[in-house]
Amino acid sequence: AGPGPAAVAGPGSVRVAMPSAVRTLCLAALLGALGAGGTELTLELPDSAQRCFHQELESGVKFTLDYQVISGGHYDVDCYVEDPNGKTIYQETKKQYDSFSHHTEAKGVYTFCFSNEFSTFSHKIVYFDFQVGDEPPILPDMNNRVTALTQLESACVTIHEMLKAVIDSQTHYRLREAQDRSRAEELNGRVSYWSVGETLILFVVSIGQVMLLKSFFTEKRPSSGGAGT
Amino acid sequence: LALYFHIGEREEKCIIEDIPSDTLLVGNYKVQRWDIHIHDFLESAPGLGMFVTVTSPTGEVLLSKLYGPQGTFTFTSYISGEHIICFQSNSTRFAVIAGSKLRIHLDIRVGEHFLDESAIRAKDKVNEVNIRLEHLIEQIHHVTREQDYEREREEKFRKTSEETNSNILWWAIVQTLILISVGIWQIKSLRDFFISKKLV
Repeated sequence: AGPGPAAVAGPGSVRVAMPSAVRTLCLAALLGALGAGGTELTLELPDSAQRCFHQELESGVKFTLDYQVISGGHYDVDCYVEDPNGKTIYQETKKQYDSFSHHTEAKGVYTFCFSNEFSTFSHKIVYFDFQVGDEPPILPDMNNRVTALTQLESACVTIHEMLKAVIDSQTHYRLREAQDRSRAEELNGRVSYWSVGETLILFVVSIGQVMLLKSFFTEKRPSSGGAGT
Repeated sequence: LALYFHIGEREEKCIIEDIPSDTLLVGNYKVQRWDIHIHDFLESAPGLGMFVTVTSPTGEVLLSKLYGPQGTFTFTSYISGEHIICFQSNSTRFAVIAGSKLRIHLDIRVGEHFLDESAIRAKDKVNEVNIRLEHLIEQIHHVTREQDYEREREEKFRKTSEETNSNILWWAIVQTLILISVGIWQIKSLRDFFISKKLV
């Protein structure tokens, strides 16, 4: 598990005079904790279907696409990413989860698609997280400062870093747990169905055997007692 | 609003959000309609609306409203679980026009209240920082709620696994007993049959 959260002031007013730099970095902390410039969605992919998403990006920007299949079939999906010129910059088939980063060269609309076309009857639930841009430093001029950070400012920086780690870790565990639970429920269902099925087959086969054997020795033509060998 | 996707005019597309209880979810969207004359998406299509339907994990409909071509919808979850958010346009004409489709820009935020920027800029710097810190605290509460939800789900997971385990054991015993008793019945039945046929 991630590091514990820093001690935060309880609900109620914080009566401390704070410089505007702290205000700015607290705003950045909020944005950072939210994951500035990103979208995460969970969607259901019916069988033999494809879902595409588009995003307009500047050039020289770094984006990251993480995706994971949560449930369905063999828990795999096809994925490809295209740049504005139609060139495929990433293509994978039957992947369970992956992470893809890219620095954009051209400005325009980037497309990424998830495809379940290879599957005939299992619909998949896919989670993806599309993050754009490196995170801006939490203090706008953090690297250019002449004086050291005050205690308040460094406390805010610590909270920000910890929140980021906690949220990332939480999402990761949530997805893995959802996938494992889906497998366990599937296993449970299969065990039940197959057990009942096997029991029925057992009855049918054993009674059928006896009937069949009896029928061998029951001749239609009249003959006294003993049947054939 | 950056990410977008396409849907047909009468099509419905849904996304799934697995969230804990008492969580606020805010969604921003914008709809554009394809115009075949100019071969591009119109900036805002008048009269075009979006039906947004939110279903709770128990199947109960939490939100079902018609919004304009651009809008914000919010709801608070009462139960933890998978909520399904569906979008469907209120366009009445069928997709007889070739290539007719809609572009939906979407942005979903979970677990936070939007900061009211004007209220923040108002008073003094102390209040400003106060509000921002409270927002941070609210986010941490959201993290805590997610963790509680994770506990619930892990328990359900563990129950399923234990149920599978005992299912397997129980069915193995039952099937073995059935096998033995059926075997005995078979032998007895055949023996009686042969005796009656005077073969033994």
